[in-house]
Amino acid sequence: MIINHPLLGPRDAQEFVYLGDASLIDRPDASGETALDDFHDYLYLRDNPAGSHKELWFHEQGDRSWLVVTRDTRTHEITHVELAFEYAKRRGRDK
Amino acid sequence: MSDQILTPLAALGDHSPRIEKIGSLTIEENPDLAITSIAVRHRRDKDLQTFLMPALGGELPSPGRSVFTSDVSTIWTGVGQWFLIASYAAHPDFAREIKSLIKDTASVTEQTDGWVVFDIIGNNLIPLMERLCNLNGKAMMAGDTTRCLIEHLGCLIICRESFRKFTILGPRSSAASLYHSLVKVAHNVA
Repeated sequence: MIINHPLLGPRDAQEFVYLGDASLIDRPDASGETALDDFHDYLYLRDNPAGSHKELWFHEQGDRSWLVVTRDTRTHEITHVELAFEYAKRRGRDK
Repeated sequence: MSDQILTPLAALGDHSPRIEKIGSLTIEENPDLAITSIAVRHRRDKDLQTFLMPALGGELPSPGRSVFTSDVSTIWTGVGQWFLIASYAAHPDFAREIKSLIKDTASVTEQTDGWVVFDIIGNNLIPLMERLCNLNGKAMMAGDTTRCLIEHLGCLIICRESFRKFTILGPRSSAASLYHSLVKVAHNVA
């Protein structure tokens, strides 16, 4: 499998580590009233789609950047790759 | 810095750097390098550029690239991170020198003893590179730099001159393993 790194071009998947669902970026507000339930869902509940899935990949043997990779779980086709910090920023999570 | 009384060994444990000639290939250990890493602090990119501009004679390299001057090589290693490499003899306290130059715009870490550096020179290094790692060696031009796996080791690969001259930085604690793979592959392609 080849991942088209947004900065470095096509790289072998061997250089990356899969770190889970990209929804991990959407960490709930710890001070909210529903925080307990929100964190339960955040920690334990995952969608398991047969199809397009956004996931976090870490370029461990490369530039150590975090990527959000959109992959079809049925075919392994990768349709989109972007830097996780840009994805997070768009979702209002830059701090 | 205090005077050194003991003579350091080279990364492969010898008193002098190892030089291996295999066919038309030369693999040379280069111990005379001071290496330091800089990581830019939040929103200080422009200030860092301003402080470094005089030393580098230009801007910090973009992703996958390096800039070489007669004194300092600058290598992009990650988003907002670079390696600066200079002669150890000329800059024995390089990290401190860089820190005083760039002040609080970036964090500086000493890397000198963390790496073993091999210069590989030959007429055509592509068959060697193809066997060593996943990179498209043919497409690498002078100044292209990237980190990738050689065997099980994360190494920085710097193209000094396309096809003919590459520099490989590998973890110093695995210097002998890296050297073994380089020599083995060189024999296979020679």
